[in-house]
Amino acid sequence: MATRNVISRKTKDLDSDYKWGFVTDIEADIAPKGLNEDIVRFISAKKNEPKWLLEWRLKAYRHWIKQNYQEPKWAKIHHPPIDFQDIHYYSAPVQKKSPEGLDEVDPELVEAFNKLGIPLEEQKRLTGVAVDAVFDSVSVATTLQETLDKLGIIFCSFNEAVQKHPDIVRKYLGSVVPYTDNFYASLNSAVFSDGSFAYVPPGVRCPVELMTYFRINTEGTGQFERTLIIADEGSYVSYLEGCTAPMRKTHQLHAAVVELIALDNAELKYSTLQNWFPGDKDGKGGVYNFVTKRGKAAGVNSKISWTQVETGSAITWKYPSVILQGHNSVGEFYSVALVNNYQQADTGSKMIHIGKNTKSTIVSKGISAGRAENTYRGLVKIMPSATGARNFTRCDSLLIGDKCAAHTVPYIEVRNPTAHMEHEATTSKVSEDQLFYSMQRGISEENAQHMIINGFCRGVFQELPFEFAMEASQLLKVSLEGTVG
Amino acid sequence: MSARGDNHNRRPLLKVRNLHVSAGDVEILKGLDLTVRLGEVHAIMGPNGSGKSTLTNALAGRPDYRVTAGEVLYGGKDLLKMPPDQRALEGIFLAFQYPVELPGVRNREFMKAALDAVREHRGLDKLSVREFNKLFQEKIGEVEIDPELMKRSVNEGFSGGEKKRNEIVQMAILEPKLALLDETDSGLDIDALRIVANGVNRFRGPSNAIVLVTHYQRILNYITPDYVHVLLDGRIAMAGGRELALELEAKGYEWVKEAVESGREIGV
Repeated sequence: MATRNVISRKTKDLDSDYKWGFVTDIEADIAPKGLNEDIVRFISAKKNEPKWLLEWRLKAYRHWIKQNYQEPKWAKIHHPPIDFQDIHYYSAPVQKKSPEGLDEVDPELVEAFNKLGIPLEEQKRLTGVAVDAVFDSVSVATTLQETLDKLGIIFCSFNEAVQKHPDIVRKYLGSVVPYTDNFYASLNSAVFSDGSFAYVPPGVRCPVELMTYFRINTEGTGQFERTLIIADEGSYVSYLEGCTAPMRKTHQLHAAVVELIALDNAELKYSTLQNWFPGDKDGKGGVYNFVTKRGKAAGVNSKISWTQVETGSAITWKYPSVILQGHNSVGEFYSVALVNNYQQADTGSKMIHIGKNTKSTIVSKGISAGRAENTYRGLVKIMPSATGARNFTRCDSLLIGDKCAAHTVPYIEVRNPTAHMEHEATTSKVSEDQLFYSMQRGISEENAQHMIINGFCRGVFQELPFEFAMEASQLLKVSLEGTVG
Repeated sequence: MSARGDNHNRRPLLKVRNLHVSAGDVEILKGLDLTVRLGEVHAIMGPNGSGKSTLTNALAGRPDYRVTAGEVLYGGKDLLKMPPDQRALEGIFLAFQYPVELPGVRNREFMKAALDAVREHRGLDKLSVREFNKLFQEKIGEVEIDPELMKRSVNEGFSGGEKKRNEIVQMAILEPKLALLDETDSGLDIDALRIVANGVNRFRGPSNAIVLVTHYQRILNYITPDYVHVLLDGRIAMAGGRELALELEAKGYEWVKEAVESGREIGV
């Protein structure tokens, strides 16, 4: 298998409104375009993976290829067919050896992170956030390692976990999202190149927020991370995921899989700030974000909570879900999805109640502006075994302007008569009266709109860690610039 | 308390000349004149539909109120050229007849943002959070609103009377030059009326002016106006002092109509 080193070119800014739109000039180790069994073997070999993992990837690939490139069609999204043979399935920044500290990391990478506003040193020192930065699917730096080591917390790249903790990976990989789950999950299982891994041992409360920043850099590259997080009995962990991608004229495919597992009495909180390039004002370029995220609240009294703020991507297709298997387990989903210009989002959650007295909450806030389409799609399923299950769902849509659209598609399936379900939904506009009232107090129209939208999102923002909430609010403001007046 | 007489030679704060305003296709103000100087309180009275609220909303720059003719000078500047937020920064405050709810926007954060903007425009430093909180608590206390209520979103879950009191809190914090009170007394019980009136009287001073729009003379028992104007069919039909309000109360608006029709001119 031939590999080639390419130096990515500096591209001209497509749209200066997208402030993360720079391309980093580093050498990349890149696979040729296209997908076949050899590519899968190549990726696995690159990672020096054990045989069982290669076999697992191959099974996934064979399952995927049987679907004959037929992507799922049920979502309310539109895009030209994706040529799956016109994508690089592996691209890694070239490094001589694994870095042992930040000073060993390629200075250009560090510079790239600095441009993103994530100075690793700063974060390490000031915020107490352990950052695992994934750059074109390969993790380059992990900080605050010592603190975590002392507590027995494992937080590393997926690839490193495969090497160092193969038993844990093997036990849980695919246990929540099997490789047969859906088209994109199969694809991811076959070709994932890296991702993030965390394991918190029994009784340990993780003292820092674990954070991973994802970024797509190389042009024509698909990004397929795999994230696996396990909260063992009685543990607690909060995990943050941030995403950015540079501006590209062409669409980029991002198909990640995230699996969360919470054992007895464990609590796992997963927060996402997704700001992949949404395409320009005319809908050119942008990331196709087709992601499978699912948690299994496997143990009694376990809790899994998803919080997401989504402002990016040309198309988002994503339904963070919780399987409430343990008795008294809790599943939560808090989401803000903002779409502008020609963005499309079909997103929501699934709560599958299996255990007794399980409880789930879904709070979804959709904001549409420009000519964008926003769909909430959710499933609440109460299995016959789930006596005493409860669900509360609230879906609010906010429209800005008169050319955008919001859709709500809730599915409710109840097979146990003791279930208690609540569903609330509203659609509103930022009203002229609200804007005038605020402006009459001296607040500019833009700030007034920002304030009203923040108010609309409050129920979700308050679920985010503080720094993330500030960033989320800022992101909404940037994403809506120019929609006023 | 009266500012009449000696105030006449000072430059007007607000000068409205021949103002015509339409809402939709309907002309509501048909050539209104009004001059307001600092230190003055003007009461605008009139029957339903005479254009009282149209006047205050047009002065505040509400969209949907179209000025078709006339001019408005505010501090010597052309008010009609300014967008609504600019008018607010320049010191115009409208106490809304129907205050608007802002779900999820906390009262404190809303007022801090407004005061920050206003102070910046006046060339003053922002208040620190501590200074602001002190001011906020003080002003809430003055109108006897439950502080717990003010922790909620702006006007959400407020009764009609609480909303009106909140308007007075906002006015007291922002310290405008020209306060336009649009039927602030309507829907208030007698205690709330007194509280609101006290708030207005505390605010009242030589460095500001008040235009108070009302149906009823009741509130004028608490807030003594320097001038009373009667608005009829989009124009000031009659003007006088405090005593005019009492006369109106006794004789009704029909009396003004008849007086106007019989060609009697009453004015300042």
